[in-house]
Amino acid sequence: MSVPRLGVLALQGAAPAHMRALSSIGCPSAPVRVPDDLDGLDGLIIPGGESTTMSMLLESSGVLEPLQQAVDNGLGVFGTCAGMILASTTIEDGRDDQHALGIMDLTVQRNGYGRQRDSFEVDIDVDGHTFHAVFIRAPRIVSMGADVAVVAHYGSDPVLVREGRHLMASFHPELTGDTRIHEIFVAGLQDSRMQGG
Amino acid sequence: MAENQSAVTGRFPVKRGLAEMLSGGVIMDVVTPEQAKVAEDAGAVAVMALERVPADIRRDGGVARMSDPEMIDGIIAAVSIPVMAKARIGHFVEAQILQSLGVDFIDESEVLTPADEAHHIDKFAFDAPFVCGATNLGEALRRISEGAAMIRSKGEAGTGNIVEAVRHLRSILGDIRRVGQADSAELFDWAKRLQAPLPLVQELAESGSLPVPLFCAGGIATPADAAMAMQLGAEAVFVGSGIFKSDDPAPRARAIVEATTHFRDPAILAKVSRGLGAPMTGIGMDDVNERYAERGW
Repeated sequence: MSVPRLGVLALQGAAPAHMRALSSIGCPSAPVRVPDDLDGLDGLIIPGGESTTMSMLLESSGVLEPLQQAVDNGLGVFGTCAGMILASTTIEDGRDDQHALGIMDLTVQRNGYGRQRDSFEVDIDVDGHTFHAVFIRAPRIVSMGADVAVVAHYGSDPVLVREGRHLMASFHPELTGDTRIHEIFVAGLQDSRMQGG
Repeated sequence: MAENQSAVTGRFPVKRGLAEMLSGGVIMDVVTPEQAKVAEDAGAVAVMALERVPADIRRDGGVARMSDPEMIDGIIAAVSIPVMAKARIGHFVEAQILQSLGVDFIDESEVLTPADEAHHIDKFAFDAPFVCGATNLGEALRRISEGAAMIRSKGEAGTGNIVEAVRHLRSILGDIRRVGQADSAELFDWAKRLQAPLPLVQELAESGSLPVPLFCAGGIATPADAAMAMQLGAEAVFVGSGIFKSDDPAPRARAIVEATTHFRDPAILAKVSRGLGAPMTGIGMDDVNERYAERGW
């Protein structure tokens, strides 16, 4: 199976850290800032950052609609933190003009775990192994659709969820040098291509 | 389920992590909740609360201090994005107060009047992350050794003149490239010349970059200024007087946000630079009465 073609949305936020993580598992990726950058991609990471800023820049850069079309045509999306907020269907405590792309059926509460002074690190269980997760002014998943599967919890909250080729995390797997969650995303893209999805 | 899910706060990964999340963005100086709303509406990734913008501090003189906590509370209540605030260099009690207010990032800033002429704040003693200014690599590494989670090149605040920011960015990034070329014996000499801890110099030589994000501040007044800082290698920009001392702050703020994202695309930079009205007037370095960048040790 060939390596999927990957992009990282680079309007604002931690795109460089994701590109380094992908490169270390043998998957080169390109930054996405304008509509043409989406051409031919199999997967896109929407990184952490400030979701209100990214929402505004999605509109001004003209990427918003082509991105939604690409998702309809099979693009897989991995959203982390602010990226998960943008990919959700409903945003609580966001700005009224903030876009929810509806890529995964999630209701998320922005800064649902508090301000920076409440930002935390915790070990969570991912597929039977410990993963050190960093939460920064993180969004909380309030509810999700029936087709969304929980991959990891923190307490009773889902914090890593998947639906088909899409993966969402309330935390930052790009910050710790542990690439297992990036590998899960890439493997999911390869599975869906094998199934002709 | 993991057996032991005990969360810890305030350690370096979450401090540095927030700095990473601000990358590619614009942090705007604001002095009121109304200005903070304008900044958020324009796409700022964070606002910096202070009592006067640097251009006014420069004009009025006197001792510049931390903002009134009531104003900071008002700004925190007005916006949903992170709020930063400035403490005087060495003034650890101002920093304690800012932390207790729930400020997301503390700027130990040379723009305010220094409170200590020898010591910076011990930033490891705080759960809140700190950003500090630097004019050169040695200064940046000393601040990191004290616990700073972000470095900003100082530039010369309140001038609307990019020349000092360019000098400081070129100095820091140029020396990072030079340290990367040094052999292991030369690193001892680099540590001595930079007056910086040897382990940090060795780590820098190995990784080729600072262990925390490097942002640019001090003199950015136009979208082109912001894009130049980014092309030189800054990871994000602070804009102080440049927005609210211009003719029409809201469109200028938004244009600087777009320029910071599309910093390598001259066609987009031309588009967003059109029709913004007059930028802040600015001053030449020969007319600067006091160089804030010289504060800090």
